[in-house]
Amino acid sequence: MSHSAVVDAAELARFRELQQLAYEAAQSVGEGLEPGVTERQAARRIREYLVARGVQDWFHTPFAWFGDRTAFRRFKVPLQFFPTNRRLAEGMPFILDCAPVRDGYVADIGYAGCLGENRVFERLMDDLGAYRQLIVEQVRAGNTLRDIYGAVDALISEQGYDNRHQVYPGRVIAHQVGKVHSRLPTFMVGGFGIRSLQTLFGDLLVERMHHRSPLWADGEISNHPATPGMWAVEPHIGFRGVGVKFEEILVVTTDGDAYWLDDDLPHVRRWSGKVATA
Amino acid sequence: MRTRQITASDGVRLAVQEHGDRTNPTIVAVHGYPDDHVVWDGAVAALAERYHVVTYDVRGAGHSEAPTQRSAYGLDQLECDLAVVVEEVSPYAPVHLLAHDWGSIQAWHAVTGDRMRGRIASFTSVSGPCLDHAGHWFRSRLRRPSPKRLRELVTQLACSGYIGFFQLPLLPELAWRSRLLPRLLGTLERLDPAAAAQPARPSLSDGLRGLALYRANMLARLGGPRERRADIPVQVLAPTGDPFVSPALQTDIARWVPDLRIRRVPGGHWLPRTRPDVVTRCTSELVEDVEHGRQARPLRRARVGGKRPRCADQLVVITGAGSGIGRETALAFAEQGAEIVAADRDQTAAARTAELAGLLGPQATPYAVDVSDGAAMEDFAKHVQTELGVPDVVVNNAGIGVAGPFAETSVEDWQRVIDVNLWGVIHGCRAFAAQMTDRGEGGQIVNVASAAAYLPSRTLSAYATTKSAVLTLSQCLRAELASSGIGVSTVCPGFVHTNITARTRFVGLNDDGQQQRQQAATRMYRRRNFTPDRAAREILRTVETNAALTPITPEATAGLVLSRLTPGLLRAAARADLTPG
Ligand SMILES: NC(=O)c1ccc[n+]([C@@H]2O[C@H](COP(=O)([O-])OP(=O)(O)OC[C@H]3O[C@@H](n4cnc5c(N)ncnc54)[C@H](O)[C@@H]3O)[C@@H](O)[C@H]2O)c1
Repeated sequence: MSHSAVVDAAELARFRELQQLAYEAAQSVGEGLEPGVTERQAARRIREYLVARGVQDWFHTPFAWFGDRTAFRRFKVPLQFFPTNRRLAEGMPFILDCAPVRDGYVADIGYAGCLGENRVFERLMDDLGAYRQLIVEQVRAGNTLRDIYGAVDALISEQGYDNRHQVYPGRVIAHQVGKVHSRLPTFMVGGFGIRSLQTLFGDLLVERMHHRSPLWADGEISNHPATPGMWAVEPHIGFRGVGVKFEEILVVTTDGDAYWLDDDLPHVRRWSGKVATA
Repeated sequence: MRTRQITASDGVRLAVQEHGDRTNPTIVAVHGYPDDHVVWDGAVAALAERYHVVTYDVRGAGHSEAPTQRSAYGLDQLECDLAVVVEEVSPYAPVHLLAHDWGSIQAWHAVTGDRMRGRIASFTSVSGPCLDHAGHWFRSRLRRPSPKRLRELVTQLACSGYIGFFQLPLLPELAWRSRLLPRLLGTLERLDPAAAAQPARPSLSDGLRGLALYRANMLARLGGPRERRADIPVQVLAPTGDPFVSPALQTDIARWVPDLRIRRVPGGHWLPRTRPDVVTRCTSELVEDVEHGRQARPLRRARVGGKRPRCADQLVVITGAGSGIGRETALAFAEQGAEIVAADRDQTAAARTAELAGLLGPQATPYAVDVSDGAAMEDFAKHVQTELGVPDVVVNNAGIGVAGPFAETSVEDWQRVIDVNLWGVIHGCRAFAAQMTDRGEGGQIVNVASAAAYLPSRTLSAYATTKSAVLTLSQCLRAELASSGIGVSTVCPGFVHTNITARTRFVGLNDDGQQQRQQAATRMYRRRNFTPDRAAREILRTVETNAALTPITPEATAGLVLSRLTPGLLRAAARADLTPG
């Protein structure tokens, strides 16, 4: 369980491996998306890709958002997160988000892409890099999760965008993850795997007793520095009809250090490439 | 000036005046009734610096001969006269036409006919329709009436009443001889505030002989209009206060004129006399476009037809554009196709806004300026004018917050908030209103006040004072600039969630207390959750409708209603300290 905070190196490697696989799935499906494909079809492709590679369960079922749904425009109820029959067209941004479980290890990733040219998308993607930097720095500095949330908000406002992770239930920018182990059958409740939910609720209970939340938002409950363990962090920014995000695991050690589980990810490669050529 | 006589096809001798270098592109200007070439004097002086400008007296007017039979004044003959003049003054290159009133009616006839095909490069028409188009216009209004179309029809019929009168025998002559008609014309011209105190007096003989123009053409053309198309670039200058030709009649012609621009110009019927500078500029812009492909923004903006964003080719200046309402207003205008100048004291923030605006629309320009600095604002306005042109919309939005008890508000606090919130708006209005008035094509100024302008509060004495001053200033300016076609609007936001709460100065508190108040206010505004993009939408709507006063947010609207119905209640409510904290 994640509240047995410390994860050893071998286990970290397994988490990294699964996160790699999940990004590989999103990227390969994303690059293969053609005009006219629906969100549902895209989500199914991710599922098939991962099941074929040994994924047995899901922390949540794969999501796919196209067009202005990447920015969660006019989202009022959680049902709207689920894939629809919206079709992809030239110039449309998309986000693929999946959270596979394999052998008790969990990944939760988000991948933003675009079919063809879209200047707003490119600009947002370039600007998204600053959040990855900001978050890890502030966690290392021992700032409270609430303050970091505020710092992210300030950067969003400075950049002239809007905060889209506040649309997620609980306004969360991140949640803790850990190994899932349970003997319950594989089942989905509202798109979330039952065993994962059981783990998350288990965490919630334990954390609540310590007045700490495995969810990271801007409320009183996040008024503490990051608890050691693994956090799936997902800053999601939007501008007009375009939203972009990444989601990946941040490791927080018991001595308060923090680092991203893996730097060899599509969005990170994009940014380091940009920096290198700049 | 070089004058000469040219003989028309039927032997009538026409007096022609030439100005400027013959090697430059030629502009031929045709005057109306009851005028002669003198009506162009103002425009000719400026145009001749760059062009070869030719004017002539239409038969029956000025120094040209006046045949006695009415049939000599038919439109075909007048077109023929124009063709002869053009052949003489510019035998090798097509000419640009500029025409006013009856001159414009003749020029339309030439432009839409076959005789002068290939001889006319462009046409700028002032206050004169194509009679065939007008005939169709009257008929379509009668055939498919709607309230709006009928209103337009009645308006134009009222304007055209004199045409019927001119058809009568003898009475019009009597009106001329008794000086009744000249006096009436003088009165009408003086209605235009831009008119000289003493309008030109038309000569009696011109007035009498020119009646033949009406009698020879009006009934025939209006009664049996033909389909006549113009296949050259045309621009129509439609004065908004023309007592004879309503804008609707002049502008509803796109189906016959595919390459059309329409520019509404605040002013009366005698634009060439009252605003020669405007006529000159508009004419040169079209000539430059046709000759060299240099399309000035106002010309692009005036283009009719085609699907274009609502604010395409408008230049919009916004102060305080680096954050909040200003930034969102910039983005909203950019999204509608406007070109943005984003000004802010914070250079980085302005640059960011410009960058974002450029993603949504045309390239935008950032500018760092402190609105409270009068000299810097003058420089800013000059810079905008020389680099980008005169703005169509100016939003004076930059502002800061101050809150707290009167006694603890220092003189410096007062000065700072008055400098930014009031002087900033004054400087913005001074610098840009003058440009707009000079340009003579109208514009829109929006001043961002606040609901505090009409909702007194014990904790906002300084801030509310500046905002109600802005409201009053805007209302006065609106009255003054209306005749120049410049709209002045005030918008009054209530609680809009922006950075303003975190930057407001709460007087009489130490730094910690300040911060606490700022955070509490920010939380309150966030819970209120009225986002600045919604405020921006209201500002766009305000510009579109030239609304005098727009409250933004429901509480601002309710407050406005209450302030009018039950001011006493609001005075009582003002005693409450509503500062969150
Ligand atoms: N937010 C509200 O609830 C509210 C309510 C009523 C009125 N208003 C008015 O709306 C306007 C915009 O406010 P906002 O809420 O967007 O605030 P904001 O603080 O988010 O933005 C104001 C912008 O103006 C700039 N600015 C401040 N002083 C300046 C100066 N001297 N020169 C140039 N730029 C300057 C700032 O740098 C900032 O970018 C202000 O005039 C404010 O008084 C706001």
